[in-house]
Amino acid sequence: MKEINLTQMLNKNKDFLDKLKEESGQNPGQCFQCMKCTGGCPFQFIMDFPPSQIMRMLQDGLVDEVLSSFTIWTCAACATCSTRCPRDLDITRLMDTLRVIAYRKGISGKGKNMHVFYTTFMNSVKNNGRLYEIGLALGLNFGTRNLTQDTDIGLPMFMKGKISVFPHKIKGIDEIRKLYDYAGKIGE
Amino acid sequence: MKVAYYPGCSLSGSAKELDISIKAISGPLGMELVEVPDWNCCGASSAHSTDHFLSFALPARNIIKAEEIGCEELTAPCPACYVRTFLAQKQFNEEPHMKQHLENALGQKFAPSGIKVKNVIEVFIDKLTPAHMKKGLQGLKVVNYYGCALVKPPKTFGFFDDPENPKSLDKIMATCGAESIEWPYKTECCGASLCFTNQDATFKVCRDILQMAQDSGAQAIVVACTLCQGNLDMRQSQVNKKYKTGFHIPVIYFTQLMGLAMGIPADKLGFDKLFVDPRPLLRSLNLI
Repeated sequence: MKEINLTQMLNKNKDFLDKLKEESGQNPGQCFQCMKCTGGCPFQFIMDFPPSQIMRMLQDGLVDEVLSSFTIWTCAACATCSTRCPRDLDITRLMDTLRVIAYRKGISGKGKNMHVFYTTFMNSVKNNGRLYEIGLALGLNFGTRNLTQDTDIGLPMFMKGKISVFPHKIKGIDEIRKLYDYAGKIGE
Repeated sequence: MKVAYYPGCSLSGSAKELDISIKAISGPLGMELVEVPDWNCCGASSAHSTDHFLSFALPARNIIKAEEIGCEELTAPCPACYVRTFLAQKQFNEEPHMKQHLENALGQKFAPSGIKVKNVIEVFIDKLTPAHMKKGLQGLKVVNYYGCALVKPPKTFGFFDDPENPKSLDKIMATCGAESIEWPYKTECCGASLCFTNQDATFKVCRDILQMAQDSGAQAIVVACTLCQGNLDMRQSQVNKKYKTGFHIPVIYFTQLMGLAMGIPADKLGFDKLFVDPRPLLRSLNLI
């Protein structure tokens, strides 16, 4: 078993934890491990660490372990945890912020599919101002090397007029580009 | 009254029937929908997982466009869009540094936003009265499925209903004459945000929801959320394939059933767009 010096870990990651508190507006230190979040989490069965354990890990400064966990990527953002937390912690917001930080640092860990999806999605909006579903599906399937995913529902969707063959570019695409450029500049 | 309408990417694509049925019922309910000009994607759910500024700025641009039309209310029927739009307006008005960033990025100054952002249930619930009912949906037994995005977490999104046991759809269905069955999965998450990236997880929760609906004795699932609808209807065949189940449960938007109860012809309500065709069921009950 790996030995971890918690005091050292906490000192080393203090800056990160302060930044996390500032960006999310949430203090994981508030958590007293009642485990209501874990009890109600619909995706706990597929996580490597349940949400309550992620809170405990943050309290102990185990930042690398949290950022490389599958939990932060497979959280569905349903906010059942935030609704029920007796300490009023918005755990969903914390998970969002952890994802943003991991994404910014280029850490995809076990969430490679999610990483590819988010990047493809955001590029699609950057190029057109709106989502181009076929482009997203192709980018995702190529990026994750799962070429046949959802091909069974693609044709019926097309037949029912639920996906368009061509992207729709909005008139104000320059404004969208400005927003993306600015986001890149401030890095938030 | 004039209401600013933000269809978002889903209502112009995979949730076309919601768009069709909303447009069909809004006139008779005294609403005139005005589409937000040149709207953009709100970024859900990718923007809030990757970039704080864009997750605010993308929906904020739509709010600015909606303010230009001069309506009192703005509705974003897709719950993911609604949540992002609602939050962005809150940040726009309450977090000056975020607004400052937006003004820097676009090189313009903006006045505070006063338009009331409403979700798809909120915008219709007060306008629907028994007087609008032309024929009741008698004999139709449904479970109302709200999903998570519309109702949770209550403090952040200001939804008017109970986050654990919401009643608004039940109320609407009661006005329409359908029988709502109580069931425990009203606000369970269907895993839509993972439906492209972790399908094993999504299919499992979808199976559980479909199973519970079937065991509860429902003939159909009534939804308000585009993501829930897509997951439970479009992916029902995928769930059946994976779990060797034989679900055949129509998943219908409450706006489509409202339209039917209001006497709007079925072919104007987009029933043909659903994957699990509800028309045989509706015909067997003499509703169409």
